[in-house]
Amino acid sequence: MCDHCGCGHPHDHSHEHNHNHDHSHEHSHNHGDGHDHDHAHAPSEPMRTIDVRKSAMAQNQRHADQNRGWFRAKGLTAFNLLSSPGAGKTALLEATLKHLLPHAAAIVGDLQTENDAIRLRASGAQAVQITTGATCHLDAHMVLHALEKITTDGLKFLFIENVGNLVCPASYDLGEHRRVVLLSVTEGEDKPLKYPVIFHHADLVLITKCDLAEAVGFQREDALKNIRQVAPRAKILELSVKTGAGMDAWFAWLAG
Amino acid sequence: MHELSLMNNLLTDAIAAANGAPLRALKVRVGPLSGVVIESLQFAFDALTPGTPAEGARLDIEETAPLFHCPHCQTSYTTPVGNYQCPACLATDGELRGGCELDLISIEVPDHV
Repeated sequence: MCDHCGCGHPHDHSHEHNHNHDHSHEHSHNHGDGHDHDHAHAPSEPMRTIDVRKSAMAQNQRHADQNRGWFRAKGLTAFNLLSSPGAGKTALLEATLKHLLPHAAAIVGDLQTENDAIRLRASGAQAVQITTGATCHLDAHMVLHALEKITTDGLKFLFIENVGNLVCPASYDLGEHRRVVLLSVTEGEDKPLKYPVIFHHADLVLITKCDLAEAVGFQREDALKNIRQVAPRAKILELSVKTGAGMDAWFAWLAG
Repeated sequence: MHELSLMNNLLTDAIAAANGAPLRALKVRVGPLSGVVIESLQFAFDALTPGTPAEGARLDIEETAPLFHCPHCQTSYTTPVGNYQCPACLATDGELRGGCELDLISIEVPDHV
């Protein structure tokens, strides 16, 4: 059992309900397809409404709060990096970890392989891989356990590279201080409009791979306008890890 | 498809609240900035409920709109996703006050149980 959250590591999705329901379902028709539940369970059956008012995210929120407490206790600033696959999160982190050595470490999420952690460790920094299997996002509980593997001496910055996905990771607070969403110039200017939720929750939107902007005909003004429309409170920075353009502004933002 | 694990959380809470009674309906409130796709939530519900006390129950989904508060003119307003401008003063940096929720509001069980 895990010390932090009392889970039966690695997952604590235990079902307290027992499946041997001895109540009888009066309906004998088949619910196999799950559709068209317009049958009445005895139309006159008197019903009782029970107020619950509980969030589906309550458990994740508890774990996120634990992570927040841990970051505070260790004096760390944590960043959650989100983007579609291939937008340049790992390349950005390689350069960033190297620049911030020995004060930065990374936790990196992927469905499969340790490749990204191995790549990031080559920078000289600590990197912990979370392989999520079939899960399309990191949740606070996965991060909670990854934190056990981080040595915090001298550490000031912790980067959490989320699974490449612009949908599901938006829903999960990991306890981070700042959320960074990457948009590479090769993805198209209208991506913020297609995935407004993840951009809306960003503190910073990073336009990456700017060295390729001309080659792919990137319409910069359109992209900036679209980002501002869905994420009016986010700061926007443009950079290229390859040429180093814009990296100083990124490092300054991290320090601020 | 993170809706599967989220629906699992909602169902666990619903079945616990029913305290042994069969569930006839669940009322769930979904905010448009929760990152949840309603069709996927329904799919997850249909996939997870057979063989549980929620088998055959109705899933009632209440969709909300993003709720903002304008820090400049103090107007509270709702908007469609992707257009967050204050209708009164046209500022675009409103503070989000609602629209991220995924909540189990209530359940219905037979009165005689």
